[in-house]
Amino acid sequence: MNIWARIAGWAALIFGLLYFILPLAGLFEFSLRARRGVYSFDAYAKVLADPEFQATFGYSVLMALVTIVVGVLIVVPTAFWVRLKMPWARPYVEFITLLPLVIPAIVIVFGYIRLYNTSSWLPLTGSVMGTNFLLAMGYTVLALPYMYRAVDTGLRTIDVGTLTEAAQVLGAGWISILGRVILPNVVPAVLSGAFLTFAIVIGEFTLAALLDRPAFGPYLQRIGANKPYEPFALSVIAFGITWACMGLIQLVTRFSKHTKAAR
Amino acid sequence: MSFLDISHLEKSFGANRVVKDFTLGIEKGEFISLLGPSGCGKTTVLRMVAGFETPSSGAIRIGGTDMVGRRPNQRNIGMVFQAYALFPNLTVAENVGFGLKIKGVPRDQINARVTEMLSLIGLPDLGGRYPFQLSGGQQQRVALARALAPKPQVLLLDEPLSALDAKVRVSLRTEIRAIQRELGITTIFVTHDQEEALSISDRIVVMNGGIADQVGTPFEIYNRPTTRFVANFVGQLNVFRADADGRIGGVSVGQGDFAARPEAISLGRSPGADIVLPATVTEVEFLGSVIRLTAEAAGARVALDTFNRADAPPPTIGTQVELSLFARDLIALAG
Repeated sequence: MNIWARIAGWAALIFGLLYFILPLAGLFEFSLRARRGVYSFDAYAKVLADPEFQATFGYSVLMALVTIVVGVLIVVPTAFWVRLKMPWARPYVEFITLLPLVIPAIVIVFGYIRLYNTSSWLPLTGSVMGTNFLLAMGYTVLALPYMYRAVDTGLRTIDVGTLTEAAQVLGAGWISILGRVILPNVVPAVLSGAFLTFAIVIGEFTLAALLDRPAFGPYLQRIGANKPYEPFALSVIAFGITWACMGLIQLVTRFSKHTKAAR
Repeated sequence: MSFLDISHLEKSFGANRVVKDFTLGIEKGEFISLLGPSGCGKTTVLRMVAGFETPSSGAIRIGGTDMVGRRPNQRNIGMVFQAYALFPNLTVAENVGFGLKIKGVPRDQINARVTEMLSLIGLPDLGGRYPFQLSGGQQQRVALARALAPKPQVLLLDEPLSALDAKVRVSLRTEIRAIQRELGITTIFVTHDQEEALSISDRIVVMNGGIADQVGTPFEIYNRPTTRFVANFVGQLNVFRADADGRIGGVSVGQGDFAARPEAISLGRSPGADIVLPATVTEVEFLGSVIRLTAEAAGARVALDTFNRADAPPPTIGTQVELSLFARDLIALAG
C-alpha cells in the first residue's frame, strides 16, 4: 500500500471517529456545566436522585426483562422449527420479522389502542396490567427483527438437524431438545438479541407515551422539555447503557466456552 | 420371526421411490451392513428404523413390537452419526450420560454407567473435556459410548467412519466391532465403503436403486455375487464376454458375461489352470507388497495382482505375457 493510500485511510478513519465522537464530547461537556464556572456532576447527581428517574428506569428495566423472556419464548422455537422442518418458510418468516422496521411504532400502537380499547372484545387498555402486557407485546414486536436475526445466526453455527436427531434417539422430547440442547448452544446469540432488546426498550418513547405507561423514554422527553442540563446527563446515561449492552454482547460472544461447536 | 424384522418397506419422496419392497430379518446380536452407492436408499432405511422417516408402507418390528408410528424417542434405539453430533455445550461425561438423564436415572447410576462406557471406549480420563477439545476419532468414540449408555435394543451406525482419516477409520472399525461383540448388540451399519463392510459385518446387504440386490456373508458377497451390480460394486472385477460358442480362452463356459477377481488371475501358466489367455501388459502399478498389472486379453482390459518378489521383477509395459485362470473361478454375471 502506498503512502497516499495509507494517509487517505487514516484520514477517513479519523474523520469518522470525529464525526461520531465530537457531538458526544460536546454533549458530555455540556452536561458537566450545571454549576456556573466549573465542571461538575451536579446534573447527574440531580437526575440519579430524582425518584421519578428511579421509578421510570426501574419500570423500563422490568419491561425489558419481560420483553426478552417473551421474545426468547417466541423466537427460539420459531427459528428452530423453521430451520428444522420448514426451511421453505424462512424467507417469509424473515420478511415478517422485518416488518417492525418499516411499520412505524405509532401505527402499531394506534392499532393496539383500536383493537384493545375499553369497548373492544379484549379491553386490555382498561387495566394497568392489561396495558403493561400490551406494552410488553409491543416491545417484543419492535425487538423482533434483532432477536430473530441474532437467534437465527446462532442456529446457523450448529448442526440443528443432527443434534435434534441425536437428542431424539436418546429419548428427548421437543421441550428437552429445545431446553437442553438447542438453547444452551445459542446462548451467546440469544444474549446478543437480549441486549439489543434491552437497549431498544430502555429508550423507547412512542409505545410507552401513547399507552401512558411510566417508562424511561417518556421521562427522558419530559425532562428534555423542562430542564437545561439534566437531559444531557440523561442522554449520556442512555448512551452508556446502550454501549454497556454492546460491550456485553462482545464479551459473551468472546468468552463463550464452546465457540468451536461442531457443525 | 427375526429380532429386527423389516418387511416390504417402501419409501417415496413425492414421485421418487427411494426404497422399494425392502425386506430383511436381523437376528439378535448380528452385525449387518447396508452397503451401496450414494442415493441407493441405505440411509433412508436406517432413518426409517430410527423413526426419522415414516415408511410409505411396510413394517418394522423390534422384538416383535411394531415400531412404525412410534416417535424416535420411544424406540430405545442408539444411533451414531457421521457428523458425531455430540452436544457442544456438554462435557464428554454429560454427553454420555444424556440419554440416562432424560430417562430420569438416578445420578449415581448415571455416573457409574458413564465411567463404564468411557472405559469401554478407552477414554476413561476425558470425561471433563468438551467435544471441541477432542480429535475426530475420540469424538466418534464418545458418540458410540453415548449411544450405548442407555442400553438400546438396536444400534444404528450411519457412516460413522466417513469423516475420519484412513488410519483412524481402520482402528476404529475394529474397536466398534469388538465393542459390538462384547455387548452383543444388534447393529445396522450404513456405509458406501466396501472394505469397511467386508471387514466387520456378519452379513452385508448390497443395495442398489432402493432394493436389496443381494444379502449374504462377506465371503458370499465377494465370491458369489448374484448380480452384475454386486459383482461390480464389491471388489475389483475383470469382465470377459464368452464368444458365440460360449467359450473363453477355448474353454466352454456358457453364454453371456463372466467376471474374475484380480487375485483369481495368474501371470503365466498356473498349474492346472484351464483358461490361458495371451495378453499385452499396458500398465504396471507398484504397490509395495503387491504389484497390480493391467493387460489387454481376449478383447478385455484385465487387472491382476501378483506378489512382489525381489528376485522376479515385474514385466514392463508392452511385454507379451500369458494369463491363466480356473474356469470355476469365473462368476456368471446376471442382471
